Amino acid sequence: MMLEIKDVKKRFEDHVVLDGISLNVDKGDVVAILGPSGSGKTTFLRCLNFLERADSGEMIFDGTRYDLNAAKKAEISALRHKTAFVFQSYNLFLNKTVLENVTLGLTLGSKIKKQDAREIAIEALRKVGMEERLASYPVQLSGGQQQRVAIARGLALRPEIIFFDEPTSALDPELIGEVLSVMRQLAEEGMTMLVVTHEMEFARNVSNKVLFMENGHVVESGSSYDFFNHPANSRSREFVTSLSNFA
Amino acid sequence: MNERLWGILVDSFPKLLGYGIRATVPLTILSFTLALIISVIVALIQYADVKVLRQICRFYIWIVRGTPLLVQLYLVFYGLPSVGIVLEAFPTAVLVFGFNEGAYMAETVRGSMESVSRGQVEAGYCVGLNFIQIMIHVVLPQAFRTAFPALSNSLISMLKGTSMAATITVMEMFRQATVINGRVYESLGLYGEVALIYLAFCTILTALQRWGEKKLSSYGGTKA
Repeated sequence: MMLEIKDVKKRFEDHVVLDGISLNVDKGDVVAILGPSGSGKTTFLRCLNFLERADSGEMIFDGTRYDLNAAKKAEISALRHKTAFVFQSYNLFLNKTVLENVTLGLTLGSKIKKQDAREIAIEALRKVGMEERLASYPVQLSGGQQQRVAIARGLALRPEIIFFDEPTSALDPELIGEVLSVMRQLAEEGMTMLVVTHEMEFARNVSNKVLFMENGHVVESGSSYDFFNHPANSRSREFVTSLSNFA
Repeated sequence: MNERLWGILVDSFPKLLGYGIRATVPLTILSFTLALIISVIVALIQYADVKVLRQICRFYIWIVRGTPLLVQLYLVFYGLPSVGIVLEAFPTAVLVFGFNEGAYMAETVRGSMESVSRGQVEAGYCVGLNFIQIMIHVVLPQAFRTAFPALSNSLISMLKGTSMAATITVMEMFRQATVINGRVYESLGLYGEVALIYLAFCTILTALQRWGEKKLSSYGGTKA
């Protein structure tokens, strides 16, 4: 097992956001984290990269144990070097060009030589089809292009896992496809991915596992085929049915 | 205008301009540089919420913004010698102007830093940068762009404010005007003349500000 997450708990004042979430991820898994708005999916993902401090919980990643509440700065930094995070709102560095966005983490964070960083960055940008826009600034790009650059920025770090937090939710409908197709390609190449999403087609066809959450609880967790074809839980059944009604 | 007055104004113009360039301009540049350094450090400490230091910064801003600049000049130049701290007039002026404007600019810089989206910082952490690297490469450059018009205001206001250094014997442009006036007694003409030179200096700064804003907006062609 590559990643083992145990009993993650988090509350904001009186409101319990995560009430003991556990998840096992194997290498190459694409896990779709589903659930209605406010179910805690995004908070869960953010806790795994310490963008949010969980109140308790632990994670075993690549043989190393991390206390999700009490991990030290050095541990967090080590973990972040093995992971990448793609945000809903892209969060490209607005004062940097496309190329600089990708190389910044390589040269400053991973201490890679400028010339090497440039090559790695161009290769990553080629993968997402953005190698022609090296000198553009984020505001000159469409949302879909920005998100593809953000994915390249993550890829260039050579992560063992990529966390996606609703990567297509901020996009205009006609731009969603280009981002999803990049993600599908990564999945086919065996990248391990945790994806918080509302894209049911993606969850059904690309992901192999599903974590269905509601009100900070895991409602159902298991293979994506089972979840969509024979949901075990009545709430999941309702959720899947309501989706097919929309389709 | 009578011939005598005209002669005085023509004679005094190169003298005033000379003091403007040799004294007022360096005083402004040094004070503003000091203010800029102070403001970035103070803003960073508050942004990063460093315990104790943060309290000290708030205290500094409280004291400086709550007391008149003229009183601060007098306090340091005429007051501190009685406890054994004696500074020359020019360095006193640089220190007081720098610390004074620095307090205001610190608030400008801090506000601009806080206006940079939190996501920029999170993305920085996620690609492996540390706090200082994120500040230097991502947050401060973006904050500086937002703060630029307000900082330009501070610079212009400081340039005019340096005339107050005359009160602590710094021989700068305005003091030179008072010296000449003491001899020839043409207040309206001389103070009008020195006002016009200040106006000319500020006009140049205003043009520089416009040029700088154009330059800064080239990150993708729009102002964020």
